[in-house]
Amino acid sequence: MPSDVELGRRAFRRRQTRRSVLVSALSTLVLAALLAVALIGSPGWARVQQTFFDPEVAVAALPRVLQGLWLNVQVLVVASVGVLLFALLLATIRTLRGPVFFPLRALAAGYTDLFRGVPLIIVLYLVGYGIPGLDFFGRMPAAFWGTIALILTYSAYVSEVFRAGIEAVHPSQRLAARSLGLSHGQAMRRVVLPQAMRKVTPALMNDFVAMQKDVGLISVLGAVDAVRAAQIETSHFFNFTPYVVAGLLFVLLAWPMIRLTDWLSARTRAREQAGSLV
Amino acid sequence: MNASPAGLETPPVLRLRGIRRAFGDHEVLRGIDLDVAAHEVVALVGASGSGKSTLLRTVNLLERIDDGVILLAGEDVSDPRTDADRVRGRIGVVFQAYNLFPHLSVLDNVTLASRLVHRIPRAEAERRALGLLGSIGLGDFARSFPDRLSGGQQQRAAIVRAIATDPELLLLDEVTSALDPELVGEVLELVRALAARGTTIVMATHEMAFARDVADRVVFLDAGRIIEDAPAREFFAAPREARSREFLSRFLPEA
Repeated sequence: MPSDVELGRRAFRRRQTRRSVLVSALSTLVLAALLAVALIGSPGWARVQQTFFDPEVAVAALPRVLQGLWLNVQVLVVASVGVLLFALLLATIRTLRGPVFFPLRALAAGYTDLFRGVPLIIVLYLVGYGIPGLDFFGRMPAAFWGTIALILTYSAYVSEVFRAGIEAVHPSQRLAARSLGLSHGQAMRRVVLPQAMRKVTPALMNDFVAMQKDVGLISVLGAVDAVRAAQIETSHFFNFTPYVVAGLLFVLLAWPMIRLTDWLSARTRAREQAGSLV
Repeated sequence: MNASPAGLETPPVLRLRGIRRAFGDHEVLRGIDLDVAAHEVVALVGASGSGKSTLLRTVNLLERIDDGVILLAGEDVSDPRTDADRVRGRIGVVFQAYNLFPHLSVLDNVTLASRLVHRIPRAEAERRALGLLGSIGLGDFARSFPDRLSGGQQQRAAIVRAIATDPELLLLDEVTSALDPELVGEVLELVRALAARGTTIVMATHEMAFARDVADRVVFLDAGRIIEDAPAREFFAAPREARSREFLSRFLPEA
């Protein structure tokens, strides 16, 4: 049974909690009301509502946009796997030592520099229209080239994330692994990389969220994804609502991942500060 | 166990001749000659920066040498053509900061080298590891991750990891320096047990009382040179060199 002093403290904390919930609810309501009044009260609201938020157009466009979104999801899944593998390869190459590997190291370093600098949309055009021109491969759908372009660009970023993670593992861990007789490769695979992965998971998920919306850019190659479908529906209805629908769908797609990322980094932070009040 | 001279028929476990190592202009090791016989326990003592840790790292080929020869059971392992991984697999090392792998359970920490380097099947490696962990009272922690263990328990697990593959030589680098004073005892007790079992040990240490009790020989390093190399009892009872006496007076006021 807690002491009277502790009971008093608990009662006080309960009162405080009730008060803060009340205050936050009130301030949220006030802000929402202000925003609504400003928006609806604006002189052009009626026109904007008609061209961007038409429920009938939204319902009519939804099936096609959803169908397009399915293509985005497929591209996203394939590209994510591709990025993970290729980025890991790039990061590993950059940690190789020994003179034999100099050209590989230089190539990997040059690659990450180049592809972090070029805008994704330019990579999309070059890959989507350039490589097919070589006539090496048969005719491939636009989504295929879009996926390749996404992998090329995002691998450059993600490999840097991996490299930062590898370097964040304390050298004494590598030393301990090598002292046991593990080879460079074994130490890397069994000791350094698993710890590096854990350190960079939140950053990786952030890049994944970024890629989740960039898959919409494959529409510039003519792939009928959610964005392209929305564009077609927009010109059909002469109304921008399909874009809003596509935008909302992308948000819905990304939302679980965004929440998961936040939750994960909050948990990591909580673990690191376990027992601390501030 | 008494200090025994290196046998004529079998080469010493470790023989160092003229080991030199410099970091830039700073000479850390200036020509070290040292023999360690089988079952011998040698304590490296000396002030911080005298070269103890660097010497241990060079023996395990974790540090390059600038000159000299390292013979492990008669084999020149300082030859650049040596397979360094194989040599390291024959030597156990325990670090000051334990360096357990935080993403692996205690059991996996202990069995990693057995499985990967010595190709022992997992079941057998685990059976052996569980026996070793049980014998030092860590059996219940085998499936725990290192961060659930106290510093003393972590360091004892690290020692078990180092001896799990039956190394020919065990190197201990100030294994109690990072521990809270009340946890030092349990780690030293384990080292004492290993010494009694006949493990060949070279240990850098600041625990003078422990070195006096457990070591057969004490090697006093100062500024990268061996100043005195004597049986432990003699070294602590009557150090020959002035610098040894000065060093000891700071650690053992009664000496």
